[in-house]
Amino acid sequence: MGRRVLLIEDEPNIIEAISFILSKDGWTVHTHADGETAVDRVREGVPDLLILDVMLPGRSGFDILRELREEAAPDLPILMLTARGQQRDRDMAEQLGATRFMTKPFSNSEVLETVRALAGP
Amino acid sequence: MISFNLLILVSLAYVVFLFLVAFAAERRAKRDSGQWLRNPLVYTLSLSIYCTAWTFYGAVGYAARSGFEYLTIYLGPTIIMIGWWWILRKLVRIGKTQRITSVADLISSRFGKSTVLGVLVTVLAVVGTTPYIALQLQSVTQSLAVFAAEPGSGWDGRDFDSAAVWIAVGLAVFTLIFGTRNLDVNERHHGVVMAVAVEAVVKLFALVAVGVFVIWGMAGGVAEMLARIDAAVIADWHPVPHRWVGLIFLSAAAFLTLPRMFQVMVVENADEKHLATASWAFPLYVLIMSLFVVPIAVTGLALLPEGSNPDLFVLTIPLATGNEGLAILSFLGGFSSATSMVIVATIALATMVSNHIIAPIWLSSTQKGAALSGDVRGVIVLSRRLSIAVILALGYLYFRLSGGGGALAAIGLISFAGVVQVLPAMIAGIFWRGANRIGAGTGIVIGFVIWAWTLFLPSFGAGAVLSEFVMAEGPFGLAWLRPYALFGITGLDPVIHAVFWSIFFNTAALVILSVLTFPNPMERLQGAQFVNVFEHSAGARTWSQGAARAEDLLVMAQRIIGHAEAQEMFRQEARAQGIDGYLPEVTPELIGRLERTLSGSVGAATAHAMVGQLTGSAAVSVEDLIAVADETAQIVEYSNQLEAKSAEQDRTARALREANEKLTAISIQKDAFLSQISHELRTPMTSIRSFSEILREGEIDAEARGRFAGIIHDEATRLTRLLDDLLDLSYLENGQVQLDVGRGTLASVLDRAVMAAGLSDGRLVLHRDAAREAVVIETDLERLAQVFINLVSNAAKYCDAARPELTIRVSGDAEACQVDFIDNGTPLDADAQVLIFEKFSRLADESKAGGAGLGLAICRQIMESLGGEIAYLPGQGGPAFRVTLRRTVRMAAQ
Repeated sequence: MGRRVLLIEDEPNIIEAISFILSKDGWTVHTHADGETAVDRVREGVPDLLILDVMLPGRSGFDILRELREEAAPDLPILMLTARGQQRDRDMAEQLGATRFMTKPFSNSEVLETVRALAGP
Repeated sequence: MISFNLLILVSLAYVVFLFLVAFAAERRAKRDSGQWLRNPLVYTLSLSIYCTAWTFYGAVGYAARSGFEYLTIYLGPTIIMIGWWWILRKLVRIGKTQRITSVADLISSRFGKSTVLGVLVTVLAVVGTTPYIALQLQSVTQSLAVFAAEPGSGWDGRDFDSAAVWIAVGLAVFTLIFGTRNLDVNERHHGVVMAVAVEAVVKLFALVAVGVFVIWGMAGGVAEMLARIDAAVIADWHPVPHRWVGLIFLSAAAFLTLPRMFQVMVVENADEKHLATASWAFPLYVLIMSLFVVPIAVTGLALLPEGSNPDLFVLTIPLATGNEGLAILSFLGGFSSATSMVIVATIALATMVSNHIIAPIWLSSTQKGAALSGDVRGVIVLSRRLSIAVILALGYLYFRLSGGGGALAAIGLISFAGVVQVLPAMIAGIFWRGANRIGAGTGIVIGFVIWAWTLFLPSFGAGAVLSEFVMAEGPFGLAWLRPYALFGITGLDPVIHAVFWSIFFNTAALVILSVLTFPNPMERLQGAQFVNVFEHSAGARTWSQGAARAEDLLVMAQRIIGHAEAQEMFRQEARAQGIDGYLPEVTPELIGRLERTLSGSVGAATAHAMVGQLTGSAAVSVEDLIAVADETAQIVEYSNQLEAKSAEQDRTARALREANEKLTAISIQKDAFLSQISHELRTPMTSIRSFSEILREGEIDAEARGRFAGIIHDEATRLTRLLDDLLDLSYLENGQVQLDVGRGTLASVLDRAVMAAGLSDGRLVLHRDAAREAVVIETDLERLAQVFINLVSNAAKYCDAARPELTIRVSGDAEACQVDFIDNGTPLDADAQVLIFEKFSRLADESKAGGAGLGLAICRQIMESLGGEIAYLPGQGGPAFRVTLRRTVRMAAQ
């Protein structure tokens, strides 16, 4: 059983794609689609890496990031994904303490390399 | 023999005496507010400046030449004085209530404060009075010459013209000192009036002394004198009726209109009651003055050699009989007559020139701010002094240029005739409300021109100003314009002729133009004020008679200029009066100063009205109120401007703020829109890219490959649809859509929509009403179908009921037809009902939506293009949308 990655994302096709790529590389991928309960989900079982989408139903990814950084998981590596590739979003993510920031669409190798770099053994 | 030095010494002593009298009077006036001078006797005596050197010396000459006709000069004023109740009382009351300072001021003020009239009357007065001043100078030099002509006087060959210069300079000094010592608002000159009163006594005493001497000293008694008069040629003179009537009218009119008479009679009047005393005292004075004229004339004619100047009998009789003391007294009498006339006339004229000519010019030539902030008083005093010097210089110049000859002898009546041109305007002004500025001004100009043509210019002698040809044949040979025979009327005395025609046309112009033209509001108002002066004013009052208490004044002052400043001012005033504390005696000076101080805060008119109310003096006139209203209007106007300005700034600021908000909102919307589009485009592209990379790497089973290819296909379709929607929306929003209008039934459009919505799974149950859908509509059927497709597919996608049902309900008429889409899912909350029509406003779970959230936004745009609308229909138990079609129904359902 490989290291655990928690993917918080609401687009089914993207969930499937990322899950497929990471599973193939030996990661254990857990997924969660709802923003509102995302923080609780992290608390339940802190993963080795969190992949967090910005636009989620119920709660913004930035909001979730802030809360995680404030209490639950200050040191958890977090990779932010967003489909709104604006500088403002990148700055915001950095400010709130995201470990990495990645704009959709991404290449699979890019995601894989990042995950390895952030949570690799 | 009287030496030159003695005469000069006596004259100088007399002048010094007059200075002392004037000084004393001024000092007394300062101490007790001039109470001491409020004396009907002084007032009456001051009126005697009517009797100038021309009457003092000339009356005897007049009698010697024309018998009793000289009496007309005294009869006119006597009539006016006896009838004081009708005209003089009114003039004095008007003068007080309107604070009139001169004849020019009276006329100008009455006719709507007309500047032009003020200037006109001033010019008239200066032209009419200057020769008269010259006449006084001449009389003094002539009287000096009489002494010089005495054998052995030892001062032959002296230049008496230079004496005239010194006299003029001396008079100027006196007038400058006492005429402009203090600028009384009422233009009162206590020192001058007192000196004039003293001079009146001197001249009366001198003439009476000479008269007594000729009756009792020479003739030996009244009976003997009467016998001599009866025997003399004078008794043979028969009065010429038209001359008598004309001259009485002329002297009466001159008495009212001469600037110097107006000065002493109206301006210097301290109390209206003094008129009652003067009404009998002044006639008595002139009666005494005239009583001895004939005896002196008769005696002179008999005593002195043929060809002696009868104008100088008053002097030559005492000299011829060796009564040198009497001669000196007589000289002083003449000197008094001359000087008092010159002084008062100069003051009156200087007031006019300064107030109506110099001050307006100065005020208009300086900037407004300077005029208000600068020392206006200093400027007025300066212009007053300048005017005095100029007027006396003019008098002297006229004396020198006219050569002091025969032209001057007749000048008295000529001057009268010029000045009385003001009479019609004056009388009409105070008795006829209808008289107006245009009438008065035109009348004065016409009268003045006729007077100049028929009397003034010819007086220099034929050939001097008007050529002999003009005098004899008329200008350009027009006989009816001959100066002495206007309209061919000959045989009249030139003076009577001139007075008749000038006053006739003057009055006619005044009446006719006043009737034909309309007065402005200020004229109407002033007209009412003047004509009804007795109704408007309770009585002539001045500040000094006020009953104000210092406390009241202090309270008012505090309210206006603030506590500290008001108390400081009152304490200073009290200290100046030697009183401790805040409450000084209420003196005219205090009130005056208070008014000036207040006027700095509230404006002059308002200050005057406020002080007037408290002091109970000078009833607040309508004019005051108008002035107050003017000031208030100015202040209101100013504050309105400020308000308007700030309101405008507010408006501008608001507009800018709104524009900015709008721009910001648009910018935010644009950002949000771009951000949304970016998200909507990148999300499917992410899947496509990711799965295509997975497929390219291979090593996956066939089933997975097929599913991944399907995802790529779906996401590509989603992208295409999104781009189509965006383009569609963009076209619709920009109004670039071309409508393809056609005919069809509503039912067929709905059928097509239901089919296209892809209800293939059959989960959604439809309820329709075929009968009602059978209406024929005429619109863009494709676009309408697009709207219906959206609504039906939305119901299929989002209806969360266990057994989803959609009811399509049709209602309405040809004017407006409603198509409602109601499903049995959960109704939208209030916010969502509005938001749902916005772009990218997906409410439900994204995964189910499939679209980008542009559907209803597009529907709304389509319905707008079609002239209808789409709206959420609340209260239907589930999500309900109503599509309204307007004026598209061509054939109703059967």
